[in-house]
Amino acid sequence: MITEGGILDALNARFPGSIEVVPAVDQASVRVDKDILRAVMEWLRLEQGYELLLDVCGVDWFPARPRFEVVYHVYNPTRPERLRVKVLVGQNEEVESMTAVWPGANWPEREAFDLMGITFRNHPDLTRIYMPEDWEGHPLRKDYPVAGPRVD
Amino acid sequence: MATETPAELRSALSRDTMVINLGPQHPATHGVLRVRLELDGEKVLRAEPVIGYLHTGFEKTAETHTYQQATTLTDRMDYLAPMSNNLAYVLAVEKLMGLEVPKRAQYIRVLFAELTRLASHLVWLGTAVMDLGAMSLFFYCFREREIILDLVEATTGVRMNPSYFRVGGLAYDLPDGFHSRCQAFIDDFPRWMTSFRGLIENTLVEDRLRGVGMLNREQALALSVTGPMLRATGLAHDLRRAEPYCFYDEFDFQIPTRTEGDSYARMWVRIEEMYESLAIVRQVLPKITPRGPFMTADRKVALPPREEIYGNMEALIHQFKLVSQGFPVPKGEVYQAVEGPRGEMGFYLVSDGGPRPYRWRARTPSFYNLQSLPELCRGELVADVIVNIGTVDIVLGDVDK
Repeated sequence: MITEGGILDALNARFPGSIEVVPAVDQASVRVDKDILRAVMEWLRLEQGYELLLDVCGVDWFPARPRFEVVYHVYNPTRPERLRVKVLVGQNEEVESMTAVWPGANWPEREAFDLMGITFRNHPDLTRIYMPEDWEGHPLRKDYPVAGPRVD
Repeated sequence: MATETPAELRSALSRDTMVINLGPQHPATHGVLRVRLELDGEKVLRAEPVIGYLHTGFEKTAETHTYQQATTLTDRMDYLAPMSNNLAYVLAVEKLMGLEVPKRAQYIRVLFAELTRLASHLVWLGTAVMDLGAMSLFFYCFREREIILDLVEATTGVRMNPSYFRVGGLAYDLPDGFHSRCQAFIDDFPRWMTSFRGLIENTLVEDRLRGVGMLNREQALALSVTGPMLRATGLAHDLRRAEPYCFYDEFDFQIPTRTEGDSYARMWVRIEEMYESLAIVRQVLPKITPRGPFMTADRKVALPPREEIYGNMEALIHQFKLVSQGFPVPKGEVYQAVEGPRGEMGFYLVSDGGPRPYRWRARTPSFYNLQSLPELCRGELVADVIVNIGTVDIVLGDVDK
C-alpha cells in the first residue's frame, strides 16, 4: 500500500474535506468532486509540478449511479511521483475538459467521448476520434452489445 | 475518424488556402494515418491528423478475455515492439496480484525488451531515412532486424506477435544454443551500427533535419509527449531509471538526451539509445543461466508441469480450469508503465475480482506523441510533414488500438 503522505497531505490541506483517498496497490490515488476538478488539476500542474498528464480514460460502472468514472493519471517528472485523480460523472452530466490545463488532454478526452459517451465541457473539438461520425452508440459502455444481430 | 460532405470540400477549395489530404494510403504515413493539411502554397497553416482507420477495439475485446488470454492483444498494438507491450501488461497484472516472478524470468524479459527496442529503432531508422529519400539504409536495417527476429523466432516460434511474456513469467524457456547466437549478434552489431552511421552522418541529412519539427520541453510536457521525443527536448526522463522495474537498476546505462528538440535531435537520441540497449543486452546475457525457473511457482497462475498432467488427475483438472476459466485477480485497480521504444507504455487495469478484466485501458505512446504533429508542422513546408511523421515514430496499431 502506497501512502505517499506528501502529496496526499498537501491536497488535503489545500482542499480540506473535498479529497477522498482511494486505497490502491500501486500509487497515490484520490477521488475529487467534479466541481473542483479544474481547480485541483491547475493547482497540481502549476504549483505541485505535475507537468505531465499521462492518461485520461473512462470507466463504466453500469448499472451503478453515478454511472461513469473519469480517471486521470498525472506525473511529476522531477520528483518523480505519480498520482491518480478520479471523478464520478452521471450519464447525463458533463465534466470539465482539462484541455485548458494540459493541451494533451484533447485526444484522450475525445476518445472517452467517442467510446464511452462522456461529455467534456469546454473541449475545443469534442468529436468522435476512432469511430465513424455516423456511428451509433459508444462501444466501451458495458451495455453495448459485444456481438451484432444474428443474420440467418 | 471524420468525413466531409462534398459541399464542405467545395467550400474548402474555394478559399485562398488549399485543404489537401495526406494519406490514409500514402506510403510515407507509415500505415493508415491521414493528415488533413491546410496549405498556403507550400506552407502548412494547419496539419490535423485524422486517425481511427486501424481501430480494432482491443480495450473492449480484452473485457471478454481472461487475463492470460489478453496478453495476445497487447502484441498487436505496437507490432514493432510487441514485447514492450507484453511487459507493461504482465507487470500490471502481477502488481495487482502481488505475484512473485523468478529473477531469471525478469532478466530474460529485460533481454527481450531491449532486443525489441533495437529491432523497433532499426525499423524507425530505415523508414525515417527512407522518408528523406535514402533507400539503401532501409535494406540494411531490415537485415539486422531480421537477425533479432530470428532470435525471437528461435525462442517463441514466431517472429512478430510472440506473446512471450505471460502473467507469472514466460511462456517457454530459452532454446538450446541461445546464448551463443545472441552473443554473436552482440559482437557483430556495433560494426553494422558504424556502417549505418556512415550513411547518415553527413551534411545532407543534417541540413535536412536541423530546425525541422521543433518542439520545446514545455510544449512536449503539455502535449503528454514521452519517450525519445521528450528526451530530445532536454529532459532526461526514462522510466527504466526513474522507476526501475525488472531489476533495471542493476544495469549500467546512460539516458541519451539532446536539447534542440528538432528532428535531428530526435534522430540522435534514438541512435544513441540503440547503443545503450546493446549495452544492457551485453550485461544481462551472462546473468541468465542456460536452464532455470522461468515461471512463478504459484500454482494459482502457473500451469502444472507436463509430467504431472499426464500422471495426476488433479493436475489435469487444474490445467483445464486455468486454461478454460483463467485465474481470479483481486478486486482493485493498478497502473503500470514501462519505457517502450516510443515512450511510456502503460496499462490501467480495473478488476472486479473475476477472471476477466473489468476495464483494460492501454496508454499507448504513439497516440499521445502523434498529438504533437500539428505543433511540429505549423509554418513548415509540406515536405517537412513527411520528415516529422518519420521522426515522431508512430505505429498506427499503437495509435488506433
